[in-house]
Amino acid sequence: MASHSVSTSNVNLWGGGVEPMKASYGKLMMWFFLMSDTFTFSALLITYGLIRFSHPAYTGPMDHAVFSQEYWPLPDMVFNGLPFLHGVHLPLVFVGIMTFILIMSSVTMVLAVEAGHRMDRNDVQKWMLWTILGGIAFLACQAWEWTHLIMGSETGQMVDGKIFHGANLVRNEYGPPAFADLFFFITGFHGTHVLSGVVLNIIIFYNTVVGVYDRTGHYEMVEKVGLYWHFVDLVWVFVFTFFYLI
Amino acid sequence: MSSHDHQSATTVAQKPDTKAIWFTFWILLGVTAVEFLIAFTSDSKPFRIITFILLTFVKAYFIVANFMHLRHEVKTLIWSVVVPIAFIAWLVAALIFEGGSILGSHPIK
Repeated sequence: MASHSVSTSNVNLWGGGVEPMKASYGKLMMWFFLMSDTFTFSALLITYGLIRFSHPAYTGPMDHAVFSQEYWPLPDMVFNGLPFLHGVHLPLVFVGIMTFILIMSSVTMVLAVEAGHRMDRNDVQKWMLWTILGGIAFLACQAWEWTHLIMGSETGQMVDGKIFHGANLVRNEYGPPAFADLFFFITGFHGTHVLSGVVLNIIIFYNTVVGVYDRTGHYEMVEKVGLYWHFVDLVWVFVFTFFYLI
Repeated sequence: MSSHDHQSATTVAQKPDTKAIWFTFWILLGVTAVEFLIAFTSDSKPFRIITFILLTFVKAYFIVANFMHLRHEVKTLIWSVVVPIAFIAWLVAALIFEGGSILGSHPIK
C-alpha cells in the first residue's frame, strides 16, 4: 500500500476525512470484533491451562496408560478412534484429519478472496462452495468426536461406586470431570463459531451467485467473512495444541 | 478499499496469482506434521509443551500475516492487533505456572 499520502496530511491524520488505517470501515470493525472474540477464547484456554496444570499429570509408561480419576488423562489415549475402525488404537489420527480439513477450507477461502480481487464471479463461486463443504465436513467430524467421547469405551471406569461409560458434565471415565467439561465447552464454543461461519459463507455464496457483488462493483464482503473464517481456523490451531498435543 | 477502486468488471482476464497462498499452506501442513512427529516420538514433557506452544505461534503468524493479509496492512493496524495478543500470551504462560503451584500447595480433587 502506498504511504506517501499519509505523510502530507500528518497534522489532520485523525481529524476526519482520511483513513489512518487504510482499511474500510467494515474490515476494521471485523478486526475489532475478532479481537474481542480472541479475548473470549483466550479466557477459555487460559482457564484450561490453569485447571489442567493444577491436576497431577500421568507419569507412568506412555504406552500402557490406564484412565483414573486421580490424574489428567493423556489425550493420545482418549482421542484414539477413527470412524469404521472400531477398537483400533489410532491416537490423534482423526483430529489430524479435522485439522487438515480446516486448514484446507481456509486455503479455499483465501482463493475465493483472491478471485474476488479479480472480479471473477465463477472462481469466487467455486472456492466459496469448497469452503462451505470444508466447514460442513469439519462439523460432521466434530459431531463424531463428541459422540465418541460421550459414549465412551466398552470397559468403562469405576466412577462414584459403579461402572460408568463415556463422559458428561459431571462424570468422566477418562479422568477428572473438569477435563470433559472444558472439552465440551471449548470445542462446543469453537464449533458454534464454525457453524455461524458456514451460515455466513452460504449467504456470501448466495449473494455471489445472484450477482450482488458484481452490481456493487467489489467483492469486499468475501474478504470480511474470509477474515472471520481464518480466525475460526486460527482458534482451532490453538485448541488443537492445548487439547490434543499438550 | 483503495485496492478495489481502480478495478472494474472489465479486468476479468487477469491470471490467478496463488503462489503465496499455496506456500503458506505447505508451511502450515509441514509444521503440523512436525507436531505429530514430536507427539509420537518425544517423551519429555517440558520439551513437548514448549515446542508445541512455539510451533502454534508459528502457525498463527502465517495464518494472520498471509491468510488474513495483516502483513499488508498499515503499521498502526498491525500493532493494534499484535500488542493486546502479547498480553494474552503472557497471561497463558503465567496461569500455566499458577496451575502448577496450585498443584504444589493444595491439589484440586
